[in-house]
Amino acid sequence: MITLNRWRTPSIIPGFGLTAGYTVFYLSLIVLIPLSVLLLKALNLNLDQWVALITDKRVLAALRLSFVGALVAGFLDTVLGLLVAWVLVRYSFPGRKIADALVDLPFALPTAVAGIALTALYAKNGWIGQFFEPLGIKIAYTPIGVVIAMTFIGLPFVVRTVEPILQDLDRDVEEAAASLGASRLQTFAHVLLPSLGPALMAGFSLATARAVGEYGSVIFIAGNMPGISEIAPLLIITKLEQYDYNGAAAIAVIMLAISFTLLLAVNIISRKSRSGAP
Amino acid sequence: MITAKTISKRFGTFQALDGVTINVEKGRLVALLGPSGSGKTTLLRIFAGLDEADSGDLILDGLNANGLKAKDRQVGFVFQHYALFRHMTVADNIAFGLKVRKGKNRLAKEQIEAKVADLLNLVQLNGLAKRYPSQLSGGQRQRVALARALAVEPRLLLLDEPFGALDAQVRKDLRRWLRRLHDEMGLTSIFVTHDQEEALELADTVVVMNSGKIEQIGSPAEIYDHPATPFVFQFLGNANRLNGEIKSGEAHTHGWTWPAPGLPDGPAVVFLRPHEIDMTSSRADAQLAKIRHPLILGPIVRAELELPDGTFLEVELSREEHLSVNPEEGSVVKIAPKRLTVFAGSVMSTPHLDSSFGVDNYEI
Repeated sequence: MITLNRWRTPSIIPGFGLTAGYTVFYLSLIVLIPLSVLLLKALNLNLDQWVALITDKRVLAALRLSFVGALVAGFLDTVLGLLVAWVLVRYSFPGRKIADALVDLPFALPTAVAGIALTALYAKNGWIGQFFEPLGIKIAYTPIGVVIAMTFIGLPFVVRTVEPILQDLDRDVEEAAASLGASRLQTFAHVLLPSLGPALMAGFSLATARAVGEYGSVIFIAGNMPGISEIAPLLIITKLEQYDYNGAAAIAVIMLAISFTLLLAVNIISRKSRSGAP
Repeated sequence: MITAKTISKRFGTFQALDGVTINVEKGRLVALLGPSGSGKTTLLRIFAGLDEADSGDLILDGLNANGLKAKDRQVGFVFQHYALFRHMTVADNIAFGLKVRKGKNRLAKEQIEAKVADLLNLVQLNGLAKRYPSQLSGGQRQRVALARALAVEPRLLLLDEPFGALDAQVRKDLRRWLRRLHDEMGLTSIFVTHDQEEALELADTVVVMNSGKIEQIGSPAEIYDHPATPFVFQFLGNANRLNGEIKSGEAHTHGWTWPAPGLPDGPAVVFLRPHEIDMTSSRADAQLAKIRHPLILGPIVRAELELPDGTFLEVELSREEHLSVNPEEGSVVKIAPKRLTVFAGSVMSTPHLDSSFGVDNYEI
């Protein structure tokens, strides 16, 4: 308690010791201990094995596809999600409630089902894929398909983070901009977008993080060709199936490190952009 | 100059404006006064182009402005809750209207900066240019909002309850300051308020509105001394309302007689302001009344008077009158009206009063 007391800021809310204890306990049980076991496992590899792993073309390609694909999907989700949230908040139309409920479906649907449905649609004889086939564009079993599946499962994150902020925006701010001579586009760019910025950043990082970790829906549409459309999580499973537990843990640790850096960067950027307006 | 002709506006089943016609000359400071729901803010928003009238014509400087978008009207609008851009500094807020201009109307960066500095000086906020709205007090935010609206040199300045969210002292200071600013800059301004004191103090012309219609237009003195309708009379201050009768040019109520030239015989509504009651009357028609609940409220004393027929009148005395009468609970005085205002008819619209008026508010 003596050490705890030093961190403690005077507060009228009691129970700091108890709540801090519970928080640390459950955080350890659920997050920290599994992650540190992962790290320990990965440390079983010696330096040569690490170098071999990191320079392995297949591993590098899988990591690149996972992270670049997730970033592209996160970006697409941000644009599309803002659009969906805008329509849901700003307009009232028949079926708006139903459309609102549909947004959450990617959360509820088993990811394998989503993957199979997307594959059926985007395969070269599928409903949508057949229009792209003559143009020489293949979607299913290529990185494009991977990005589509990642976009699908990330969309609700952006919609649900932006929606409440959009609802809280005062209409009179837009009216003020209009009465000062700003066009709709100028109002959007200079007045609305800056207010939505932090929420969009949060939605983007959630959607990207989810896309990095996504497995179920992606492997069906990806085709999983090593070096082309194989994602890192699949590579981990492959290593596990070959009883290469240390290798699997090592790839997982690399993914964790990159993800953590990315999320940290996004947080710092969004804090910077907010620090101007306290 | 702005002219509105038979403007009507309906929201669903609610008739917000019903054939409003009004003409505002250049350089005037006009108050739209009315209770909430009277349509005053809707009219202001139609002037600004933020709402569109269902019917009627709006003429701005001789040109028909129907369908003209808000951004093209060159009308400054100051919102009740300021509507400042939270993520911009004070200077950026003020410069916004200048920065969004395009083509040859766009000023050079240095010109914009100079203009912002001038405006900051005008609204007495020098040194706060780099602050954000959240770091300002209510009165300061209101002045930023005003400077922002003035930056685009509006031909008409519209203010929606400009002092509504401020505390009493700041409100008074800002009121006087706005009046000076209006005169110095030669603005044409229209502001909305539900506070009769504010309207009477600040405006050259007061437009009293009720249920989407204009009840009366006139100078503050005209409106106060010669109210056109019972509504206007009641809205402009506390009033005792009595029922009476008009017979051959004279009104009779509770034993008192008052001239009512030109009014038709029949029922009458008679008003009596609380401060216009003579408490030591020697007139022949003076009435006996019992004093109830006298309350000393600083410079004035309020009490109720109970007439023999059970009617209660609200009365307001100065401290001097109070000393000469020395009202005590239950003591009997002889009272007569110093002035009565008579309207023909018995049915009248009772104004819907906001709680802020507190006609019967005896609490402190």
